[in-house]
Amino acid sequence: MTDLYESQRAMRAMRKAAMQRGVIALLDIGTSKIACLVLRFEPDTGLRAPETIGSLAGQSTFRVIGAATTRSRGVRFGEIDAMAETERAIRTAVQAAQKMANTRVDHVIAAFAGAQPRSYGLAGEVEVAGSHVDEQDVARVLAACDMPPIGQGREVLHAHPVNFALDHRSGLGDPRGHVGRRLAADMHLLTVDAAAIQNLIYCIRRCDLELAGIASSAYVSGLSALVEDEQELGAACIDMGGGATGVSIFMKKHMIFADAVRLGGDHITRDIAAGLQVPMAVAERIKTFHGGVHATGMDDREMIELAGNSGDWEKDRRQVSRAELIGIMRPRVEEILEDVRGLLDAAGFDHLPSQQIVLTGGASQIPGLDGLAARILGQNVRLGRPLRVQGLPQAATGAGFASAVGLALFAAHPQDEWWDFEIPAERLGGRSLKRAYRWFRANW
Amino acid sequence: MRPLSAEPRYLPQGGAAHPAQAGQRRVAVAPRPLRRDPAPSRLAFRLQRLWLTPFVRSITRIGLPVFALVLGLGLWLGDDGRRAELVARYDDVKTAIQNRPEFMVSLLKIEGAGPEVDGAIRAMLPVELPASSFDIDLEAYRTMIRRLDAVADASLVIRSGGLLEVRVTERTPAILWRTPLGLEMLDAEGHRVATLIDRASRPDLPLIAGEGANAAVPEALAVLRAAQPILSRARGLVRVGERRWDLVLDRDQRILLPAADPVRAVERLIALDAAEDLLDRDFTHLDLRNQTRPTIRLSANALEQFRAITGQATKVKATP
Repeated sequence: MTDLYESQRAMRAMRKAAMQRGVIALLDIGTSKIACLVLRFEPDTGLRAPETIGSLAGQSTFRVIGAATTRSRGVRFGEIDAMAETERAIRTAVQAAQKMANTRVDHVIAAFAGAQPRSYGLAGEVEVAGSHVDEQDVARVLAACDMPPIGQGREVLHAHPVNFALDHRSGLGDPRGHVGRRLAADMHLLTVDAAAIQNLIYCIRRCDLELAGIASSAYVSGLSALVEDEQELGAACIDMGGGATGVSIFMKKHMIFADAVRLGGDHITRDIAAGLQVPMAVAERIKTFHGGVHATGMDDREMIELAGNSGDWEKDRRQVSRAELIGIMRPRVEEILEDVRGLLDAAGFDHLPSQQIVLTGGASQIPGLDGLAARILGQNVRLGRPLRVQGLPQAATGAGFASAVGLALFAAHPQDEWWDFEIPAERLGGRSLKRAYRWFRANW
Repeated sequence: MRPLSAEPRYLPQGGAAHPAQAGQRRVAVAPRPLRRDPAPSRLAFRLQRLWLTPFVRSITRIGLPVFALVLGLGLWLGDDGRRAELVARYDDVKTAIQNRPEFMVSLLKIEGAGPEVDGAIRAMLPVELPASSFDIDLEAYRTMIRRLDAVADASLVIRSGGLLEVRVTERTPAILWRTPLGLEMLDAEGHRVATLIDRASRPDLPLIAGEGANAAVPEALAVLRAAQPILSRARGLVRVGERRWDLVLDRDQRILLPAADPVRAVERLIALDAAEDLLDRDFTHLDLRNQTRPTIRLSANALEQFRAITGQATKVKATP
């Protein structure tokens, strides 16, 4: 627990160093592609007022100066499976992005989808020490949250305080300075498999890069695909990737739940390859060019050539109708969406005031998916594309880059996490002088 | 270790792997070595990152070439013989260019100078004509010419056709200055023009004498101009104590002029002379230094006469 704090704090320090240097790389390690963006932060001109967000929703401070995508290798279900392969893929992406940016990048913020994320809601409550709530009270209430049994071999990826309550007032964003007696906090904790994080750290170290932060892909794609009022009123973002489908629920601009289904677009491709007996590359091509989930009468007449290189002329010259293709794809898509439905039900999404669902990620580009999703998930479904940020190439504005763009937002304006707050004074063993000072101040 | 999963049997681009069909002509092209891994090797990755480091980039792109250039030049010029050869070659080329006929000066033309000055200027030319115009230091030559006393100003132009034209303004003598060493001609500013052997050869010029007289030539000229009516009697001006003038007339008469405003004193003298025939009187000195009281020193003879007239003569009475 403590060492995780230390590593998270170290990553925050690294991120600060990267901001000072002005260049940071973002790595979205997905199952089907690895995307790398290079951000340049403009130095703070000091022109805008300190409390305002600034122009372009605060995104004018950074600019994408390099972007590269490479076919992912060695990643399954959003987790690193073959380390050497993944390392090579990361090197390819980073090198191309560096070349485009024409600068050297040393700091990387990475996101991945898999590693079995699990969400916990934590609550803590303390008496306020003085008359006003101060930083130390916030630190103590966060420390008072009882740690759930997250299990062996798991690590905390995100720990967001989502709500503060003071006496009978709830929904405080910032309790500091308020007058009250009992301070309570709700926190959202996201844990993932520790081995996956270790693998990721190892891979990135092997590429001579410094890790300046790790994020869950579901979380960051929610940051970029949900518009601001959806984040405020409550919405679920479903990031349909290649090997895993991430689900994140946002409320009051905080993530309150995240999980992932270990199914994605690659499974659809695999189904097509198995069903039509074609190579995976051909299956992928057929899926992207002719795929769909709603068959119409027209689709019976639209024939798709199946190329193959088996050497058997009869086999290589087959044709299937688009309806057949849809017949293969649809059950798998339904299965994914039903699993997502199950996750949302388990999370109690029904009880949220807003039932907005946003589909994003590369697999969400299947034509007709929104109609199918509306029948399974609920009526308020839309397809989401990532926010537009400065300098992003046109090729990287599609739904598949939601988590890469979300990483940019995450890098520029990270939400406060547990480790960004002060450490409560009681836990600081070595700082006895400060404790003595506090004791004096409290008693005289 | 190789991964457990087998290598793909077929290349992703299907057509390239197909065996050539029977009817097709076999093209003797070696199959391109298949690049199996698009990823950069660790070394390539590191080298590229090193190359993208700004410091390394600037060192390589500016520092190294400059260093190589300086090193090469230093090594090459380290040898004495090579350096001397380089200098000699440079000098050769320089001389060859300077001695081209376009740059040669063959004729010296002097305008506005008398025969003596002309001869002196020709003698002073530092190089033997014809010479390259690069060898003639016009500025130094001009200063040298201007150092001649008889020359007021000189301008030098090299005209096309190898003509060096010297335009000289000579000083005109305005006054003569008698010094212990001889007779000098001075111009209106008091600058020496030439030595005069014989006073009689320039009877038109007035004469001044005394130490420091040359420094006050304009004043002397003004005084003489004012003394125009009595000029026929004037022998010259004598500078006294380097501050004032004496106007010397014939018959050993001296008129002592004040240091300040001598012209007015002369005018006054003329007026006195016109009114009272002053200058015809027998005196040796007329002192005009004190404006309010001109003083006359009579000659011994006149003084005797004067005393006789006024009965002031001391008559020694022989008392019995």
